[in-house]
Amino acid sequence: MTLWKEFAKGWVIENPILVLALSLCPALAVTSSVVTSLTMGLVVMFVITSNNVVVSIVKKLVNPKVRVPVYIICIATIVTLASLLLQAYAPLLYKALGIYLELVVVFAIILARAEVFASKNNVGRAFLDGFGMGCGFTFAMLIIGVIRELLGNGTILGINILGTAYEPALIMILPPGGFLLIGYLVGLFKLWNMHMEKRQRIRGEAA
Amino acid sequence: MSTEAISNTVTKEILVSSSPHMVSDVSTKKIMWTVIITLLPACVFSVYYFGIDALTTILISALSAVMFEAIVQKIRKKPITVNDGSAFLTGMLLAMCLPATVPVYVPIVGSFFAIVVAKHAMGGLGQNIFNPAHIGRAALMASWPVAMTSWTNIRYPDALTSATPLGVLKLDGHDALINIFGSQSEMYTNLFLGLRNGCLGETSVILLVLGGLVLIYKRYIDWVIPVCMIGTVGILTWIFGGSNGLFSGDALFHMMAGGLIIGAFFMATDYVTAPITRKGQIIFAVGAGVITVLIRLLGGYPEGVCYSILLMNALTPLIDRFVKPVRYGRK
Repeated sequence: MTLWKEFAKGWVIENPILVLALSLCPALAVTSSVVTSLTMGLVVMFVITSNNVVVSIVKKLVNPKVRVPVYIICIATIVTLASLLLQAYAPLLYKALGIYLELVVVFAIILARAEVFASKNNVGRAFLDGFGMGCGFTFAMLIIGVIRELLGNGTILGINILGTAYEPALIMILPPGGFLLIGYLVGLFKLWNMHMEKRQRIRGEAA
Repeated sequence: MSTEAISNTVTKEILVSSSPHMVSDVSTKKIMWTVIITLLPACVFSVYYFGIDALTTILISALSAVMFEAIVQKIRKKPITVNDGSAFLTGMLLAMCLPATVPVYVPIVGSFFAIVVAKHAMGGLGQNIFNPAHIGRAALMASWPVAMTSWTNIRYPDALTSATPLGVLKLDGHDALINIFGSQSEMYTNLFLGLRNGCLGETSVILLVLGGLVLIYKRYIDWVIPVCMIGTVGILTWIFGGSNGLFSGDALFHMMAGGLIIGAFFMATDYVTAPITRKGQIIFAVGAGVITVLIRLLGGYPEGVCYSILLMNALTPLIDRFVKPVRYGRK
């Protein structure tokens, strides 16, 4: 696989939330506004990228029997770093994310990338994979956040878009709206991937 | 004889098909339009009582439901079957569970949820788990709770009160409720005739029951679900609904108030979302009655028919799985 594909697969083909369906909990809980979705996305991007690099560096030193605790300690250290940084420089966002910031430690996608990819590849590839997955995660969080805030509050980033005449549909910022939206986005991504696969197959047959 | 000739005679003499084998002239289309006709008296009454707002809400809701059905069927590349009346009926039932004065976009969004989310996302007519009209209402309750609970009566601005009888009961108690209507017997009369505030189609008990009886007489619905559901609500509210200890509740009021009558006759009896066997239907109806009473007496909302039917819809596959008729040849 080329380096570019290593980076790009996280966006659509293996999007962590909308295709792999990992880490749905934050995707539901903190996406009711764009700001919190974006912050959570960036935090996860930072954690997953640094963790992939660290795991890839130490992969030869770790006894396979204790690899999961070691990975979790790596992740926990990086998350603590991120949360202290956020607490120091953006206390409001820190408060808005609340418990979910600490919960980044146990996000499935981070451990999954460490286990599946970083522990088997070199540092460069692990970095690209983590960065791509982080971008895909942020991308998905942003899509969900924008739609939910726009329909549920009439705003994007707090700026009124739909005008005062628009009566916000509260369901979109309540949990059921999140579930519905994620379900339909998963369907949409699946459709897109099927479409692309079909095109590739036709191209392969032609060549 | 050539093989072609043999196959011809065979198809003429032995028609192989899956059950049921009885042929009747009943079709989806006929049932749906009959149900719509049985609902019409209650709709006409709502227009008389709530004014022209009721008519526009019903029309917008039903027509947008038909429109969404046609659009989705076009997108899904399925035959467009809006003529069978099922989408029209869904839209009409949805409107009957809305206050008359809701803004225009409310019934449209409700129809969208009913047809697109609850019906076609599950696979279309006959595949939906939940009653589409009630999903529409539940989504609207979550989206615009203020618009969905504003009961302003344009035609009779000061006729009764701006709250529904169940709302008054929840907030101010039974005595305040009787004060509004004058006396207890007057309250029963008004509830029976439908002269009270509420969602536009749910008020007139007599017209809804008459419509339901027509459907039962024509055997389009079974009497089991309505009787069990309304009966459960009556018995439980009689036992637990009173303020002076057990067995002092106002069962008659609870049976006629809110959306129980329309829910029990027209929503809970939906073929698709109710159990198939009679035993299953009894479990379904009693369960819906119990949840309704729980929400009315203990829950945060004054009325719970919509949620109780939706919750029992979710249990329907399970009920069908466990309550099976004895197979032929088994003891």
